[in-house]
Amino acid sequence: MHSVMLRANALLTFSVTILALMCAMASLSDNFNSPSPTAQVQVLNIYRFQKKRNGDDEVSLTFNMSANLQSLFTWNTKQVFVFLAAEYETPKNALNQISLWDSILPSKEDAKFWIQTTNKYSFVDQGSNLQNKDFNLTLHWHVMPKTGKMFADKIAMTGFRLPETYR
Amino acid sequence: MGWVGEQIDSIKSLQFRQVLTQAISLGMIVTSALIIWKGLMCVTGSESPVVVVLSGSMEPGFKRGDILFLHMSKDPIRAGEIVVFNVDGREIPIVHRVIKVHERQDTGEVDILTKGDNNFGDDRLLYAHGQLWLQRHHIMGRAVGFLPYVGWVTIIMTEKPIIKYILIGALGLLVITSKE
Repeated sequence: MHSVMLRANALLTFSVTILALMCAMASLSDNFNSPSPTAQVQVLNIYRFQKKRNGDDEVSLTFNMSANLQSLFTWNTKQVFVFLAAEYETPKNALNQISLWDSILPSKEDAKFWIQTTNKYSFVDQGSNLQNKDFNLTLHWHVMPKTGKMFADKIAMTGFRLPETYR
Repeated sequence: MGWVGEQIDSIKSLQFRQVLTQAISLGMIVTSALIIWKGLMCVTGSESPVVVVLSGSMEPGFKRGDILFLHMSKDPIRAGEIVVFNVDGREIPIVHRVIKVHERQDTGEVDILTKGDNNFGDDRLLYAHGQLWLQRHHIMGRAVGFLPYVGWVTIIMTEKPIIKYILIGALGLLVITSKE
C-alpha cells in the first residue's frame, strides 16, 4: 500500500513539473515574436466642447480608426485588449491619460478592423485647460496570454488639437 | 482495516530518533514554503506577490480561479495596466484595469480611475463613499503574469474548510509515516 502512495506522489510531482515547464516554455516562446502593428486615427468631429458646472472641461468627439494588430497574436495569446487614449500635458498635470474607447480582440481575425465611433468614456479634464490644447491619441494594447507573462505596447499619434472656443 | 492498521503499526514502531527526523523534515517543508513566500515578497516588492481572481469582472481575460503574479515597482502607473488595489473599508483587494491617469506636475502624485474589462461602468461605485480617484497608496501591485485555474485550490479550500483539514491531515500522516 505504501508503495502505491509513493508512486502516486511521484507521478503527481512529475506531471506537475512537466506542466509547469510547458507553461514556462509557452510564455518564453512569446519573446520570439516581433510584432509590427499599424494604426491610423482621424478625428471627424468635436460635437460638444464645454465647461461643466464644476469648472472642468468636457469634450465629446467622433473618430474613425483603422488598425491591424494581427501580428501580436501567437499560439499563447488568449486575447488582446486594445484601447485609445487621449494624452496631454497641462500646467497642473505632467501627464493626463484618458481612455476614450476600448475593445477586446478575442482572435487574430478580429485584430484587423476599421471603426467609426464616439468616445465611450467621458473626456473630462481636471480643470479648464482644454481650449486650443494639443493632444496625442495613443493606441495601447495589452496582450493577455493563455499562460505566463503579459505584454503591452503602444503607438502614439500626434498632431491633434482642440478648438479655441466652446461649442 | 489493512491500510489503517499498517499505518498505526508504523506509528507505534517509531523510535525517538525517527520521530525527531520526521519533525525536522516537516519543519523543513513548512519553513521552505515560508522562505519562498517571503522571498517572493522581497523580489516583487508587493505585500501579496500572488493573488487569486475571485470575480468575473475581468472576463474573458481573467476568470475566477486564475492566478496573477504581481509586481510593485517605483515605475509610474499608466493607463492600461492591470492593478490590484485596496479600497478603504473593503477587505478584499480588487483587480481591475486603469483607464484614466492624472499625474501632478509638482509632486508626481497620481489620480487613477479603474474599470473591470467585463463591467459596464467604471469603478467609482466600488470606491469609498465620495471617492473619485485612487491614489498611489491604494495600489498593492500591478499584474505582470498569469496562470490559469491553479487558484481553484485555494477557492475550494476557503469555501469548504473540511477539505483543507482532510488534506492537511492526510499530508501530515504521510510525512509522519513515510520512511526514507
